[in-house]
Amino acid sequence: MSEFLFQALLTLDGTVRVATPLILCAMAGMFSERSGVIDISLEGKLLVGAFVAATIAYFTGSPWLAVFCAIGASVLVALIHGFACITHRGNQVVSGLAINILAAGVTVVVAIALFRQGGQTPILDRGDRFGPMEFWFVETLDPIPMLGAVYREFISGHNPITYLALLVVPASAYLLYRTRFGLRLRAVGEVPAAVDTAGVSVAWLRYRAVLLAGVLCGIAGAYLSIGQGAGFVPEMSAGKGYIALAAVIFGKWRPVPAFLACLMFGFLEALSARLQGIDLPLIGEAPTHLMLALPYIMTVLLLAGFIGRASPPAAIGVPYTK
Amino acid sequence: MVDHHTHPASSGSGHPPAIELREISKTFGTVRANKAISMAIGKGAIHGIVGENGAGKSTLMNILYGLHRADSGDILIDGQITPIHSSADAIRAGIGMVHQHFMLVPNFTVLENVMLGSEGSPMLKPGVGETRALLKTLGEEFDMHVDPDALIEDLPVGLQQRVEIIKAVKGGARILILDEPTGVLTPGEAESLFKILRRMKQDGVTVILITHKLSEIMAITDTVTVIRGGEVVGHRKTADTNPEELAELMVGRKVLLRVDRGAARPGAVLLEADGLECHAADGRPLLHDIDFQIRAGEILGIAGVAGNGQTELLEVLSGLRPVDKGRLVVMNRTVTRQSRTDPEQMRQAHVGHIPEDRHRHGLVLAFEARENAVLGFHKSSVTGEGALIDQQAMTAHCLDLMREFDVRPPNPNLSGRNFSGGNQQKLVIAREIDKRPRVLIVGQPTRGVDIGAIEFIHKQLIRLRDEGCAILLVSVELEEILGLSDRIMVMNAGRQVGIVPCEEADEQTLGLMMAGIRGSDAA
Repeated sequence: MSEFLFQALLTLDGTVRVATPLILCAMAGMFSERSGVIDISLEGKLLVGAFVAATIAYFTGSPWLAVFCAIGASVLVALIHGFACITHRGNQVVSGLAINILAAGVTVVVAIALFRQGGQTPILDRGDRFGPMEFWFVETLDPIPMLGAVYREFISGHNPITYLALLVVPASAYLLYRTRFGLRLRAVGEVPAAVDTAGVSVAWLRYRAVLLAGVLCGIAGAYLSIGQGAGFVPEMSAGKGYIALAAVIFGKWRPVPAFLACLMFGFLEALSARLQGIDLPLIGEAPTHLMLALPYIMTVLLLAGFIGRASPPAAIGVPYTK
Repeated sequence: MVDHHTHPASSGSGHPPAIELREISKTFGTVRANKAISMAIGKGAIHGIVGENGAGKSTLMNILYGLHRADSGDILIDGQITPIHSSADAIRAGIGMVHQHFMLVPNFTVLENVMLGSEGSPMLKPGVGETRALLKTLGEEFDMHVDPDALIEDLPVGLQQRVEIIKAVKGGARILILDEPTGVLTPGEAESLFKILRRMKQDGVTVILITHKLSEIMAITDTVTVIRGGEVVGHRKTADTNPEELAELMVGRKVLLRVDRGAARPGAVLLEADGLECHAADGRPLLHDIDFQIRAGEILGIAGVAGNGQTELLEVLSGLRPVDKGRLVVMNRTVTRQSRTDPEQMRQAHVGHIPEDRHRHGLVLAFEARENAVLGFHKSSVTGEGALIDQQAMTAHCLDLMREFDVRPPNPNLSGRNFSGGNQQKLVIAREIDKRPRVLIVGQPTRGVDIGAIEFIHKQLIRLRDEGCAILLVSVELEEILGLSDRIMVMNAGRQVGIVPCEEADEQTLGLMMAGIRGSDAA
């Protein structure tokens, strides 16, 4: 029985691990989409962030500088998206897809040019990346049954970026609902003309939302390559940007529900990893592929109106013209 | 043509006008929307600006509010040249604007909407208290109370407009621009709007009212400027003018504001609705218990504020929307939930339909006029026999229609979007009337149509009536309903409030009915 509890605990631990980049990307997507700009390019920004972080960490050995540069690169990509969608009123989905395709190609090309390892960066040393944060008292609490294990595996021992992601959620909710910026952001995604006639620049508001998304995606990318992983691998974002977008929709464009959706999607992934190749009673081999597909299936069901009603920001996807 | 024989504020005392426009010009592409427009408006005046659709009124006000930038010309506030390049500039200069389409976030509260743009500090909390207090003061000062915590989407249009006004004056605006403010209001709501405006005038606020309703100009303004084709064609003191003169200035020739029509000679019942109902997808009733009969040779007008079921009624009658309960009898064809119909069958049954939204349902804007002229009749003999369309016949048919209905320019190859609103509408009307319908369903026949074309369209409808057609006319313009209908049915929230003969109807009784108050309650 205690073996089962321990497995459950490891699954929860895995959930948080998997959910970290999802949470950051979901908050990024929420800000962008609340401002009225569809953000398919979460995926591309994530990938660029991951690549730049690994590269800088390899050359400088400083994970902090690596995160900083990952943010910068991701923000640059966000600026391209903003320039296409806000300044030039382009099609937001097309711009996002173009960025994703570009990111998938550019990262590999540059990686091959720099490292000649088939698009990967070399494996990073421990000191070049973020390790788990051991909290105090882990040793002291360890002998206590249950609590010790929970504290060691679940509370303590995560990546600093994971803790940051958990802080970003309440911060996002506060920003969105309690500040001037948040009020204007919510308004600009619904009726941009109302913001314009109130004497506030629609373009600048949307740019700020898109840039904020860039910052968060950059951090998420760094987590992939120098937090959770030890280097960059081609296509390492592996659809996480899209899952995060699904979580935004699933959370009805609200921070806390979107966060919970990320945890749920993360749990499904962690569980399917843990159940790989294991025979379950009655069912037989665990249907891990089905579990991995569940986030998408649930999102489609949600959009089709089977699980409550998703009402996106009214002006989403519509470039603003006076 | 252009006269300046009364220039409102220049004749006043030593005070500079509250607002003065000097030689404002604006060109969009090849269209000169404003040509050297000048006017001066004294402090505390209510000034009307009238003109037909596309005359350049809205462009001018958007320039004044900083949404567009003039190519040349100056704006003077209290005698000082004030450059206005953005809404923020306008707000700083003390200008507030109530837009024709409300600039409100529907899923925000009143408070949030009023705060937007003037929150005070980066955190919302301090501003909330201040805005609450402001709403209270303004509510008392101008007698316009509104619940600060109500969601905009739950409020009736009249109250939404109040929020717009509050937004416009919250920062202490001394100049208030209202763009077609009564288009969506019941006559009662319009009256309370005018009360607020008079109150503001007493307070020294200068009001600019843009409208195409001459009765409103006469009722509330002190001075008026008429614009035609982007130019000022006259300034008048309201007391020294009359609607006929203003209409003539607007159009550039004499117009009949009311159509001459003889008494109706009703024949057999051609269209009958009996307990008609229909529901939205979520079960919400859209039409409830609608009963009426229309005889050959009469016009039944449907009055009501936009969005009270008229659109759905038109859709049901034209076969676009199924009947959920009750029945509809069109000549000898019965339509119920079981025996459905579609627009093609309705056409074959000689039911003509002039849709209320000509861009969405009346025309294909990208198609040429000659193609638009056969839409819906493309399987009939108009386009020749067989599967192929006889191009020459189609062109000839269109030319005939254009001549008969005075569609300008008479070019069958011009695409739909290149005609003015009035000429687009004439093309739609020509197409429908040409087939000699026994029943004609008409929605907003003169929306966005210039006065000259309105006169023509009204004459056509009366002519058709006199030839024995049964006509159902939906319009949000009460004057139009009163001018054309033989009987008037008033709708409110998807129900019919009552049917009154035209002789017994006036704006006041209809206004009460439009607000949902039955004739017997009001009496």
